[in-house]
Amino acid sequence: MDRMLLQLNNVSVVYSDVIQVLKGVSLSVENNRIVSLLGSNGAGKTTTLKAVSGLLKPENGKVTDGTILYRGKEIQNQSPETITRHGIIQVLEGRQPFKYLTIEENLRVGTATRWGKPYRQDLEKVYHYFPALWERRRGLAGYCSGGELQMLVMGRALMAHPELLLLDEPSLGLAPLVVKEIFRIIRQINEEEGTTIVLVEQNARMALQIAHYGYVMENGKIVMEGLAGDLCANPDIREFYLGLSAAGNVKSYTEVKSYRRRKRWL
Amino acid sequence: MDFFVQILVGGLSIGFLYGLSAMGFVMIFKSSSVLNFAHGELLAIGAYFFLAFVTWAKLPILLSFLLALAACFLLGIIIERILLRPLIGEPLIFVIMLTVGLAAMFKGLILLLWGGNLFTYPDFLPKALGVQWGIVRIPPVYGATLIIGTVFLVLFGLFFKFSSQGIYMRSVADNQRAALSLGVHVKRVFALSWAIAALVAGMSGIVLGIINGVNVHDLSAIGLKVFPVVILGGLDSIGGAIIGGIIIGLLENFTSGYLSPSLRDVVPYVVLVLILLLKPYGLFGLKEIERV
Amino acid sequence: MHPCGNFRERYEQEIKVFSTDFGRLWAGVGFVLLLAVVPLLATPYTLYIVNTIGIAAIAVIGLNILIGFTGQISLGHGAFFGVGAYAAAILSTALGLPLIVSVPAAGLITALIGMIFGIPSGRLKGLYLTIATLAGQFIIEYVLIHWESLTQGTMGITLPPARLLGLPIRGDLGFYYLIFASLAGMGWIAVNLVRTRYGRAFIAIRDNDRAAEGMGIPIFRYKLLSFGISSFYAGFAGALWAYYMGSITAEPFNLGLSVEYIAMVIIGGLGSISGSIFGAVFITLLNEGLRFMTGILMNWGFISQSGLNIAPLREFVFGLAIVLFILLEPRGLAELWRIVRSNFRLWPFSY
Repeated sequence: MDRMLLQLNNVSVVYSDVIQVLKGVSLSVENNRIVSLLGSNGAGKTTTLKAVSGLLKPENGKVTDGTILYRGKEIQNQSPETITRHGIIQVLEGRQPFKYLTIEENLRVGTATRWGKPYRQDLEKVYHYFPALWERRRGLAGYCSGGELQMLVMGRALMAHPELLLLDEPSLGLAPLVVKEIFRIIRQINEEEGTTIVLVEQNARMALQIAHYGYVMENGKIVMEGLAGDLCANPDIREFYLGLSAAGNVKSYTEVKSYRRRKRWL
Repeated sequence: MDFFVQILVGGLSIGFLYGLSAMGFVMIFKSSSVLNFAHGELLAIGAYFFLAFVTWAKLPILLSFLLALAACFLLGIIIERILLRPLIGEPLIFVIMLTVGLAAMFKGLILLLWGGNLFTYPDFLPKALGVQWGIVRIPPVYGATLIIGTVFLVLFGLFFKFSSQGIYMRSVADNQRAALSLGVHVKRVFALSWAIAALVAGMSGIVLGIINGVNVHDLSAIGLKVFPVVILGGLDSIGGAIIGGIIIGLLENFTSGYLSPSLRDVVPYVVLVLILLLKPYGLFGLKEIERV
Repeated sequence: MHPCGNFRERYEQEIKVFSTDFGRLWAGVGFVLLLAVVPLLATPYTLYIVNTIGIAAIAVIGLNILIGFTGQISLGHGAFFGVGAYAAAILSTALGLPLIVSVPAAGLITALIGMIFGIPSGRLKGLYLTIATLAGQFIIEYVLIHWESLTQGTMGITLPPARLLGLPIRGDLGFYYLIFASLAGMGWIAVNLVRTRYGRAFIAIRDNDRAAEGMGIPIFRYKLLSFGISSFYAGFAGALWAYYMGSITAEPFNLGLSVEYIAMVIIGGLGSISGSIFGAVFITLLNEGLRFMTGILMNWGFISQSGLNIAPLREFVFGLAIVLFILLEPRGLAELWRIVRSNFRLWPFSY
């Protein structure tokens, strides 16, 4: 039990009392690992993260069934204020900076869970991981580029000393080189800080390169799981998410028949 | 010339007060997008708290002032806790109409307890606060207004710029979802912004009471003037609120001095309509960036 | 009887006013009773109250179209009501127009003036209209008092006796028929208005103005239209009130009246035409009840001696009613009525 940080047992999530998005999701995350959650749009990846971080509530969503265990304690349907104080921080999809605050003020908001404690060292740590932020620390976040913003929101989360970091699509809309850099830093944070990371990604190739373990979601269910290396080698994954044919040639997106995926898995 | 300067000084200090009280209004609007129609009653409550402490309880002036402010602060928290928190997530229109109801409640309560008469505070300001430069004579009240106002302004400026709690409050105003994801206590921020708004309003109410005497009807009418002030300054700009307040104060005083005293009370609203027509986001407001 | 469950198959069925003929029958019976029986039973005082309710209900229906259907708050309806009253008074004294012309004309004038205040806010999203109408309230009040050549300032205007199509309308009973015919007509128009494309556009704007705009609804035009319609109702009601009172001054048309109307809308039920009438009944009766109580309390020696002034109690109770309804039953009396009705219908077998 010790090694398990987070466990979802048969979790169902319903929005507005009518729309069921998760239909019995079970997964577990071990300490100090990077676990990647793959799947197409609308599969329920983001909802899974929000169920863990408690951010479903403001969106009228609710965990109706199953349990979410964090260090063996049930945390489902707790308020985000409580959950963040357990050490679970979610980095939202689409980079949500505080536009009218400076970079440094943005980072300071990350100390909310540890209000009143010194934060100088944490700032230095964040600037060590993201030197680009140091140069712009007095500038308004609203004027930053997408790459800088991604670093900013990740740095902001680091300020909270997270034990479990939930990253939602960090590569969204970024140039390939920047994505590479971001993923390198994610790996680095995991190794140096020992932070456990759950990574939701569309960019399956990159995600599986840095992750230890992976889950694949379809239609609100987990349809496949395995070590990252095994998933990479799986012919279905290769075809559907990595866009490679059985022979290893790159296939165009239109050739990948999504109905086959559904037929085989659902 | 003498007349002109008197009007100028009077307008500036009244306007400064308008601006200060509008600051509280803007704070609530920024953190929770609520237009608070009970703002005038908050002014009045501050003034009556002070009156009660000074004349009924016969406490020393400074202590009464601090106690009145503390009571306002508490009242702000109570309002948020009991009345507004259950409405989080409901359409904004309910919250705004709740403040309309609240205004009527408070006004009725004050009238019930004190009646509609004009009260005055005992004269306690030291004469040294008044200044005489040649023909320019600044009465002690205005001197006190400027000092108290500036102190508050600087304190709040520092609070919002540098303190962690101030930064959390700004983060909620900026992006509530992101603030929530980082564990910012959004409800606490709402409560705090109501508390601070009530405190600032109470302070302005007390000073207005010193200048004009204490009367519910007058004070709640002044409370509604925050609308022209904040529309002029931009609904979401605290600095704009101060400047908007000063402009409205000057305009009022000059209208009543040179045109007609009865026109004084509608001029701000005429300006309001004109601003809405010509420069709808105010002189200093940020145009909202909309993403669908 | 009501079918159990939703068996509607066509849009026409969905927008029906009465879901069964039974309901239609009851509405008809109630209406006839109201017109025939009330005047027989009523004393002049109760008739006066009933008439006040009727006039308020017309104004509140209009305000509900704005608040409940379009999602915009007006804090100026007290003043718009006054504009209607003054317009009718001036049209009938200065131009000698008959009631049947001057009352609708007063409504139109009010609609125009309302739209002038609506223009700046219509361009903006959010609740700027509320602020603009607040300004309207103060500016109109000022004009009514200070434009003496037109409104005779604090002196007020006395109207000629009301005549409809040559028939004189006498006393509370005469006005009872006039007011209730108007209320029925205006209510009927409102009920049908909200079922048309205009009504649907209003609701779309209320629920999400960006999405409404995206679907090609010109929100500025519709917001302004909704505001014009609701001012028309207020002006119409004000004109009736002017005739009913016989003489008017600017005094009653203050912010307090605007708040009273808002209270009626909320307590009655947002977005419900019948709720508007409930709200008008509730607040007017509350008003009278409190006045009655104040009278009694003032006669008790110890209260009048204590110097406590009970009159502001009214304002306090108003505020309290608004606050309590918003917190406890935000959909108002209309919703309570619906619950009571369905309980009766299902009793004793709730399923």
